[in-house]
Amino acid sequence: MAAQTGEDRAGKLGVEGLTRRFGEVLALDGVSLDIAPGELLTILGPSGSGKTTLLKVVAGFEKPDAGRVLVDGRDITAVPPAKRDIGMVFQNYALFPHLSVAGNVAFPLQMRNVASAEIERRVGETLALVELAGYEARLPRQLSGGQQQRVALARAIVFNPRLLLLDEPFGALDRKLRETMQLEVRRLQRRLGLTTIFITHDQEEALVLSDRIAVLNRGALQQVATTTEIYERPANDFVADFVGESNIFHGTLTAPATITLAGGRTLKVNSRGKAGEQRGVLMRPERFGPGGANAFAGKVVEAVYLGASFKLRLACEDGLELIVRQPARGRLPVPGQHIEIGIDPDAIHVF
Amino acid sequence: MSARGAWPATPALVLLLVFFLFPVVRMLGFSVEAGSFEWYAKALGEGLYLGVFWITFQIALLVTLICLLLGYPLGFLIATTTPGWATLGFIFVLLPLWTSVLVRTYAWMVLLGRNGVFNRWLIDAHLINDPLPLLHNFTGVLIGMVHVLLPYMVLPIYGAVRRLDPAVVAAAEGLGASNWRIFWRIYLPLTLNGIFAGSVLVFVLSLGFFITPALLGGGRVIMIAVLIEQEVRQTLNWPFAAALSAVLLAATLLVYTLAQRFTRSEAA
Repeated sequence: MAAQTGEDRAGKLGVEGLTRRFGEVLALDGVSLDIAPGELLTILGPSGSGKTTLLKVVAGFEKPDAGRVLVDGRDITAVPPAKRDIGMVFQNYALFPHLSVAGNVAFPLQMRNVASAEIERRVGETLALVELAGYEARLPRQLSGGQQQRVALARAIVFNPRLLLLDEPFGALDRKLRETMQLEVRRLQRRLGLTTIFITHDQEEALVLSDRIAVLNRGALQQVATTTEIYERPANDFVADFVGESNIFHGTLTAPATITLAGGRTLKVNSRGKAGEQRGVLMRPERFGPGGANAFAGKVVEAVYLGASFKLRLACEDGLELIVRQPARGRLPVPGQHIEIGIDPDAIHVF
Repeated sequence: MSARGAWPATPALVLLLVFFLFPVVRMLGFSVEAGSFEWYAKALGEGLYLGVFWITFQIALLVTLICLLLGYPLGFLIATTTPGWATLGFIFVLLPLWTSVLVRTYAWMVLLGRNGVFNRWLIDAHLINDPLPLLHNFTGVLIGMVHVLLPYMVLPIYGAVRRLDPAVVAAAEGLGASNWRIFWRIYLPLTLNGIFAGSVLVFVLSLGFFITPALLGGGRVIMIAVLIEQEVRQTLNWPFAAALSAVLLAATLLVYTLAQRFTRSEAA
């Protein structure tokens, strides 16, 4: 066991058709996913979307009504949590309050009857890894939130689990610390090559951390894709709206490469769809600029200074409302000011 | 608390002063009325009375142990089961608590007597030929006291289990702990305060228990409170009764102080 590194133990996770119902509520609606060894997949969704239920089913704390959980092809749906070999970091850390830092981290090794000299060595190594060397004797309540977080992480990885689950672990931390911890988790996860599922409702956090993102809403998967794919080419209204700021419209494709919006305006787009198809259109606020094949003119309704950029709400002459971000140069436009901007077909996503 | 903040407590303080502190001081006065500690010497020097203290201590300890063994699983179960079952459990634990001790003790006399319900059943079922001696002895006193004092053990343990974060238990399970190890490594150490509070409560209440040992002991099991009552009402030796009470009070305070020490070092 000593020679094993995370990499050759990292598991491949598959979930197939997971369904879980709580009374009237369908918490999971036939969710299927595959996660490659060493991959970090984020499950992103609003509260109540079923993401925590999904994690609990994978960890074994919740039984699905239908579907299977597979690790390296082996069906573990009926295996109790204690035998799954999965490391988990809980939302509020769930450290053992009566055990020292070393005691907490040693716990999973003791449960596996590892020899005490070996336990001591691995606890030391893992605490060094999360930069908590020297804190062995402290009790959890004598640590700051960020330090408790690190102990929880150390406890979850010390036994080389096949899978690491993180349930909104940074929710309780302030913004600065959260960003530091995000990068640190990412660094550790890469270094150990751990197959990881990360749960969050924070889309920015998802973009920072993930190899791929799975967007969940009302128990159903909306899209599973790389971070750029999710942001640039969302599959539907929900994903487009949930991830980042967006201008979303609906219209009918009118060949060639144009779409007529519900309000009557026609946009030039890059789309291979056939004429007559009903489609959605997404324009990200930061993709607008001076000029461009599609021109918009309108009055500023609201202007907000955000440091690096101006965020403007524009009312166009034909009634269209746009959110636009511009680099913060010169003076902040004032409400009522007339502005002309444009966007290229390449920057418009049709879905 | 500042002196000003203490004002609303004044009526209660006056009440305690008049009806508790004054009688206690008066009682202590009785015990040394002769101007010497002769009654204390008698209480602590004569084998007969030391024996009563020893029996009292033994019974209190046994009652506490039995209450702990019965009360931990019960409190644990009520704290972890579904709300419906928990309510039912609470009713079973609290209902006796709301019933008069006297009524319950007489009920036990009906159940445990030579021709009592239990012995009838056992004889009718041909499990025994002669009635078991369940009343007017050590066994009867134990059964009755455990029944009366069990809620005082169950409630603190229930509270301790409820205060435990379920995520901590889930974490232990997820990290590979069997149910047995979850109990020893997580539940037990994290509910130690409840166990302690319940044990001290039951032990201290047992030390001074009167009605149940008086009725179920039938004059054959003499606990300290029974002895004191005899001295007050039959022998009319009030100074001696006062000395015995003072010793009981001191013993109780000692147990209480030691327990406080222990829980404080536990929390630190």
